[in-house]
Amino acid sequence: MDIHEHQAKDILAKFGVPVPRGYLAYSPEQAAYAARQLGGAACVVKAQIHSGGRGEAGGVRLCRSEGEVRDYAGDLLGRTLVTKQTGAAGKPVHRLWIEEATDIRQEIYLGFVLDRKSERIMIVASGHGGMEIEDLAETDPESLVRMVVDPAAGLVEFQARELAFKLGLKGPQVGQMVTTLRACYRAYRDLDAMMVEINPLAITGTGDLVALDAKMSFDTNALFRRDQVAALRDPGQEDPREAMAADNGLAYVGLDGDIGCIINGAGLAMATMDMIKLAGGEPANFLDIGGGASPDRVVTAFRTVLADPNVSVILVNIFAGINRCDWIARGVVQAYQEVGLSIPVIVRLSGTNVEEGRAIIRKSGLPLLSADTLAEAAEAAVASRPHPVAA
Amino acid sequence: MAILIDENTKVLVQGMSGRIGQFHTQEMIEAGTRVVAGVTPGRGGTTVLNRPVFDTVREAVAATGADASLLFVPPATAADAMMEAADAGIKTCVCVTDGIPAQDMMKVKRFLRRYPADRKMRLIGPNCAGIISPGKGFMGIMPPRIYMPGRVGIVGRSGTLGYEAASQMSAKGIGISSSIGIGGDPINGSSFKDILQLFEADPDTDAVMMIGEIGGPQEAEAAGYVRDHMTKPVVAYVAGLTAPKGRKMGHAGAIISAFGESAQEKVTILQEAGITVAPNPSAMGETIARVLPHRHAA
Repeated sequence: MDIHEHQAKDILAKFGVPVPRGYLAYSPEQAAYAARQLGGAACVVKAQIHSGGRGEAGGVRLCRSEGEVRDYAGDLLGRTLVTKQTGAAGKPVHRLWIEEATDIRQEIYLGFVLDRKSERIMIVASGHGGMEIEDLAETDPESLVRMVVDPAAGLVEFQARELAFKLGLKGPQVGQMVTTLRACYRAYRDLDAMMVEINPLAITGTGDLVALDAKMSFDTNALFRRDQVAALRDPGQEDPREAMAADNGLAYVGLDGDIGCIINGAGLAMATMDMIKLAGGEPANFLDIGGGASPDRVVTAFRTVLADPNVSVILVNIFAGINRCDWIARGVVQAYQEVGLSIPVIVRLSGTNVEEGRAIIRKSGLPLLSADTLAEAAEAAVASRPHPVAA
Repeated sequence: MAILIDENTKVLVQGMSGRIGQFHTQEMIEAGTRVVAGVTPGRGGTTVLNRPVFDTVREAVAATGADASLLFVPPATAADAMMEAADAGIKTCVCVTDGIPAQDMMKVKRFLRRYPADRKMRLIGPNCAGIISPGKGFMGIMPPRIYMPGRVGIVGRSGTLGYEAASQMSAKGIGISSSIGIGGDPINGSSFKDILQLFEADPDTDAVMMIGEIGGPQEAEAAGYVRDHMTKPVVAYVAGLTAPKGRKMGHAGAIISAFGESAQEKVTILQEAGITVAPNPSAMGETIARVLPHRHAA
């Protein structure tokens, strides 16, 4: 689960990370008031959306007067920002963060991630911050410093000091870096984060460290024990279809194709999408219906997939272990009746209670296409598209 | 022989008293699995499915000699149950639970390291379908009837894709020695490499089908092991060619976040290690048939 920059800064500041003074604004008036509170001098207005690359997309600006802040805020609020990370749909701007301007002498990159190789928290840092980590890894890999933290001892001071010296920090900056690193580590560990990123961590004109941007992402599996984190969720930043699916116990990811997919199991879902692609089609979505799916959950899956206007065919592929083919089949028939389907549906059933399931499909009298194997199902779906897209 | 479970494995089920625990335990017993006991704290002294239930894993092990444990325990307490099993001397623990916090798994992995190699518990999962040696026994939630006994090993992250592979093989008359689901989480108990090592040493396994997916470094690690140490043929398939970068595809661990984690990159790494990669998920059965010694090919 992602949170906004201002929320991440608030959390990290409580753990001891130095951040600039700033205020949240939901209207141009609040933004102007915030600028006045900051002393009326230059300040930075930042759109709060769950995405990086806001600067390039026109979502961040240095303003020199209260009037400029008000105008820019009026321009930004309510707009949808499209960054290189959001996809074409973009993310809506409903809140702004107004922050005192900082005199930047140098930018440092600082990231904390779960390293799947060591199965520990890893720190990645670079003295050449400001750009995205992917770009840094490509253009300037030599500058990257990596360090793995032993969970038994936590991030100990000498390790943090070593990292500070590797980044070329001097004098009081070293102590500030040690404080910042240990604060980020504790925030990561104590709040079940999956990612903490400060980019840039600036060295100011006076030689001090300050976090100019902050990003945190949390382990959704741990939200049951992190009420304060769960409360930071902003549904306005989520794809409405994905949010609806998640609320109904379905894993759904929207994609760009036209073949809607309803499948059980993440691996089989990805494999079915691969098969569609190899058969010359494009999947419209990833959807894992989960285990023990009731007919009602199948209907919800149909509704979720059909909420995408690009969908022109639906492929249902179930290999039932913990699921039951007869329940799935009843759900498909029920979906036909309740949702009023008018597009082709291909159903492939296998595993637990498969004969009962196939019988229900056969006897339904509905124009459902049955397939026996994964390959047949994918080919039938591609062939059934009313308006085949040229490859 | 088979790996990890056979007809002699004494299985206890942590969380057997619950509805889901009972349902799957019943299936396991019907398939011939030697289920000896259940553990549910607070239910010690009761009986479920004619098996005694104990309050602690330690008591269950002392009374029944159980050496394997299957967990049907909710995410919030699953890590605790795994550590309890490890401390009680369980040799093989299978956890099917989906949704365990990543930091809980970090803690479990560190906890397991405190035991010397000869009494360190082998953990399979979490978020997996379980393990089966067809005709001998199984621990998990898979449909046992789709697996035919034979001499090919399966190891995969996804449960349903593993069923797909097994049924494609059955259709070609190819049977399974053991099928192991290692689960879809970013931190898991056993990796592809760990399981490949067991299949390499198993005299009843002739070849291995390895089913990977996007995300994480374990397929690449396995590729290195196959290239340098494995004598048996390995066929692989990697799911997620169409998966966009940075999006979590169902499994907590199925997300492309670093170089080498996309399906295409993994396929290249596996092929460079000499592994035969099935061109599509419908060709898993026929690809394994091609690498088998002739007596097994249909």
